[in-house]
Amino acid sequence: MKKHIAPNSSHKQESNGRRNFLKKSSMAVMAASLGIEIVHAAKLPTNYVPLAFQDSDPFKLFNKNKELIVLNNKPWNLETPPHLLDDKITPADKMFVRNNGLIPENVDVNTWTLTVDGESVSQSKTYSLSDLKSKFKNYTYQLTLECGGNGRSEFFPPASGNQWKVGAVSCANWTGIRLKDLLKDVGLKPDAVYIGYHSADSHLSNDPNKEPISRGVPIAKALQDETLIAFEMNGSPIPIAHGFPLRLVAGGFPASASGKWLNRISVRNIIHDGAKMEAPSYRVPCNPVAPGTEVSNEDMCIIESMPVKSLITYPKSGAMIPMNKKLEIRGHAWAGELEVKKVQVSIDFGATWQDCLLDPPVNRLAWQHFKTILNFPKEGYYEVWAKATDTNGTSQPMLVPGWNPKGYLNNACHRIAVKVG
Amino acid sequence: MDDLLKAFRLLMIGLASIAVLLLILVIGLFFWNQNPEIFSWESDSVELSESEELEPESGITEEGIHLESGLVADDGYQLIIANCTKCHSANLVTQNRGNRDYWKSLIIWMQTTQGLWELGDSEEKILDYLSKNYAPVQEGRRANLSGVQWYELED
Ligand code: HEC
Repeated sequence: MKKHIAPNSSHKQESNGRRNFLKKSSMAVMAASLGIEIVHAAKLPTNYVPLAFQDSDPFKLFNKNKELIVLNNKPWNLETPPHLLDDKITPADKMFVRNNGLIPENVDVNTWTLTVDGESVSQSKTYSLSDLKSKFKNYTYQLTLECGGNGRSEFFPPASGNQWKVGAVSCANWTGIRLKDLLKDVGLKPDAVYIGYHSADSHLSNDPNKEPISRGVPIAKALQDETLIAFEMNGSPIPIAHGFPLRLVAGGFPASASGKWLNRISVRNIIHDGAKMEAPSYRVPCNPVAPGTEVSNEDMCIIESMPVKSLITYPKSGAMIPMNKKLEIRGHAWAGELEVKKVQVSIDFGATWQDCLLDPPVNRLAWQHFKTILNFPKEGYYEVWAKATDTNGTSQPMLVPGWNPKGYLNNACHRIAVKVG
Repeated sequence: MDDLLKAFRLLMIGLASIAVLLLILVIGLFFWNQNPEIFSWESDSVELSESEELEPESGITEEGIHLESGLVADDGYQLIIANCTKCHSANLVTQNRGNRDYWKSLIIWMQTTQGLWELGDSEEKILDYLSKNYAPVQEGRRANLSGVQWYELED
């Protein structure tokens, strides 16, 4: 049986009493102790302990900064408050965590393999980790990974899923080999259209026949220089929550395309049909719809490039400064497959905009840093709004953009509150 | 000579069988000791006794919120704990909002694709609870900033 890091694995911190309770608890005891009088229990699986009785500390478990916000503890989903994203390169302890299933435990690097198979390879091929590291040239890129659902919490009618605010984004240094070099070594057939990844995590229902997530990217994206099979993040082995020992990294696309705990890549002659490729997951209506519209699956299109966006990372929202003091504003901006051309800030809800200093990206698909100095005309309450514009001339909207059933792609301007005087 | 060999072989087979039986018995006892309930269930279903004591740490609520799960402690929240926290935590429930149709379609989605079981009589009560306590709240196309924690910004 595979083991998983989940709140119910017999973790260290459990008190003795709790462990005993868990051990003793039968369904009946569990139900009675919850004070349930009339559960329709006929179909309830017998041998489980509800999460109310489980605990563990994600900050210790994953070595995370204590200020990260736990959106969900099973599966683990943690978001980073924007002021913690001030570093130019996101350190591991400040990187958001998104999981669709249960994280694998007891990963053995000596036996780990990556298989490349599918309809569109000449023959399938399996590599050990050391094969991968030594046979192919290594590359390092800073790559922006943003969850497709970042910003979901602002949609109305509410869109279901984890209610991310703004912090499901990171830009770390990823080291690995180019996927295109690997695919060349395997040999592609001309009918290849998509690659799909497969991973070692498990479905929440523990059904071994279900994959929690198996997405991928079109072959053109797979063949980009920056699409990596990574084994290091910021110069160290990838932390377990982020995909140890091997992860696909396809910056600029929804982060769900960057499969963690990677053990297989299938080169497909159709659009990959793995778990969460199907509508409505990671898809938006092909044509815009009114809020709350029911959209049929055929009318939902796969998200590819993420939209232009920016985040104010300094100061933290809520800063109080004396009158006549200048305020430095800092942050990052990114634009999916494109580059950011301009970042502006406003202290009057968009009536006037001030241009920021904007760094070019370190490499393609890396976020860019902006800064500026603000003066405030009089005492009072202000909001600082930031707006980025990409190389196509498309800017972030100030309002929440097009409603979609699953609440993806909210790239509305980020804002912070400031009091002067 | 042949007879002797045959008898010897029979003896060995007998001894081996006894050894295997003993081993099975020991393993069985070991598991029973670890997990005494495994033999006490006759079927999937469980009779719930109303007379058993409430586990003190589990029912604590504060300002109308059940502390351990974070659920609104309104009628039926125990049904949510029992039916909705096996695969994911109650966080996924409490983060989401929607009308009855939304919750109903979500349940159907989890039943058809994620392995959620039939909820039987509980379904109506679960839907009552969810559509009352986790109903949508209209906040305009962009809500006011909320929850700002003010602080003096140092240089
Ligand atoms: C058999 C497993 C299982 C059970 C039991 C279960 N769910 Fe789920 N549920 C899932 C899975 C898997 C997901 C997807 C999680 C993810 O992608 O993070 C999910 C997602 C959700 C979501 C987020 C919806 C979305 O669009 O991502 C909500 C809300 C939810 N469940 C509510 C409930 C409620 C209410 C119940 C009890 C009636 C329940 N769940 C019971 C498996 C289950």
